[in-house]
Amino acid sequence: MATRADIRAQRRAQLQAAALYPLDWVEERSGLVGGVRYFLFRKVPGDTNWFQTLGSATLTAFLVQALTGVILAMYYKPSAVVDPRTGTPVAYASIQHITNDLWWGWLVRGMHRWGASVFIILMFMHMGRVFLFGAYKYPRELNWIVGVLLIALGMGEGFTGYLLPWDQTAYWATVVGVNINGTAPFLGPFIASLLRGGAEIGPDTLSRFYSIHMLLIPGGIMAMIGLHLYLVIRLGVTSPPWSKEAAGTGPLPDEAAATTNGHRAGLVRPSARGTNGR
Amino acid sequence: VAEHDDHHLPGPSLWPVGFAVGIAALLVGLIISWIVAGIGAAIAIVFAFLWVREMATGRNLTAEAQPTGGAEESATGPALPAPAGPPAMPHADRFPRSRFLEGATLGLGGLIGGIVTVPVAGFAIAPVFLHQGHPDIDLGPLSNFPEGQYMVATFMEDPTQGEVSRRTAFVRNNGTVQLNGKSQPSFTVISNRCAHLGCPVQPGGPIDESKKKTFTAGSNQVTLIPTIPAGGFICPCHGGSYDTEGNRTAGPPVRALDRWTFEIKNGHLILLKNYSVGHVLGAGANAKIQKYDLHGPGQHVNGPEFWFYPVQAPHG
Repeated sequence: MATRADIRAQRRAQLQAAALYPLDWVEERSGLVGGVRYFLFRKVPGDTNWFQTLGSATLTAFLVQALTGVILAMYYKPSAVVDPRTGTPVAYASIQHITNDLWWGWLVRGMHRWGASVFIILMFMHMGRVFLFGAYKYPRELNWIVGVLLIALGMGEGFTGYLLPWDQTAYWATVVGVNINGTAPFLGPFIASLLRGGAEIGPDTLSRFYSIHMLLIPGGIMAMIGLHLYLVIRLGVTSPPWSKEAAGTGPLPDEAAATTNGHRAGLVRPSARGTNGR
Repeated sequence: VAEHDDHHLPGPSLWPVGFAVGIAALLVGLIISWIVAGIGAAIAIVFAFLWVREMATGRNLTAEAQPTGGAEESATGPALPAPAGPPAMPHADRFPRSRFLEGATLGLGGLIGGIVTVPVAGFAIAPVFLHQGHPDIDLGPLSNFPEGQYMVATFMEDPTQGEVSRRTAFVRNNGTVQLNGKSQPSFTVISNRCAHLGCPVQPGGPIDESKKKTFTAGSNQVTLIPTIPAGGFICPCHGGSYDTEGNRTAGPPVRALDRWTFEIKNGHLILLKNYSVGHVLGAGANAKIQKYDLHGPGQHVNGPEFWFYPVQAPHG
């Protein structure tokens, strides 16, 4: 005879099955659920600390830039033509329109403008953490290299984005920046011309920088972030340099499991994942 | 032949390619010319006929089945006379179909990639270096330039590009100079583009805004303001300093200020092209100018560092 508790348990099981059915459906056809679980619910060393969140913070800053940038692109007009109504170039007028007229335009532009600095600063802080923790060492050298490329791409974003307001600051900063590139030995004159889109800075420079800023470099950054994360997941998170666990003098994995967050996954050895119950 | 191999796979054939070409020509012809459309239709019909005939006779099926089937005859069509008996060697070791497909995929993929990338890359790069330059710039009648007086001249280098092409030159009438036995007018026309990183240098002295003159010369609006650059020219960005002939006197610039070539046409002063200057000996009409092809700011034109910049991008 079914007790009340039995019925309740049965109902719960039914509900659970109903809730899980769509997930199972997706999993069976794509393996995505397992993939997401593998991506998100990784085992990390028990003695990781807050400094190791700088990478995620950088990623978040990039996502903020991507999102706010997409919205800004709906209102921004990369044209150097002087708008007869305002007497200012269309690009600058559209920036003014975003900042002064549009609902919350000042906020989103501010997020993008200040978020750019946050993104760069976080990248360097993340880089410093990796350097000071020795997390660039074997087997993670390649991820350091990918990270350096990401910094270069991020600086490229900063350089190309700075021109877009098309005011005096933007113009002269770009003049100086392009001419610094122009002083590179041998190829300098050609690099400068390529950046300007011609022998002089002109209307084409603005649309060129806009295209590079919102299409070319973000594509590269996204690809590099994908590679960066893939390597992080494949190689695991580094223990801090003071880690007793990583040094082999801390509690054994099974003991650690009882007191800390988990196993010794993702230690310095690349095979660590495989040997710890995965 | 095993039963599961028995389904009717079409064999490799070139006829569909011809058919596709015919259809493409037909479609293009619909837009540009009925003759092309007719030719395309004819090609398509001929190749469609050949294709259908080939499928109907099943020649390809036989040819395909032959190597795998060995001596066995295909059930789907008459055997070809040539490859009777066991195959000369196991085809898998010689040149398997998979390897051909792999090569074909890579090769065709590379070809398509190249066909797409070459024009795109060319379009991205070539216009940067082709047809660079600007129209000649009319600065108006010579009477606007009193002898020995520096004038700040602003104008648009290419009015079609608008305000972004605005340039400034410091123009001084040096009077006349004896050249080839003839008396020629002499002007010093210095570009305000700093030879460090391209910021606009300013005259180191008073600028008389009250005598500002704005007029239209040719297709250009020109502004002239007299100035007395007693302290030479100074760059606001990084402190580069120059004397009144444009020679570097202090700061980071690597050479003297650039200059313009000029001509006198119908009593007007016309600016032609920029050139770079290593050093100016003397002053005014009797100056000896070390003239070089125009270099970007920060690039050396002389000294050992010159060898870092052997080739300049086209600048017209």
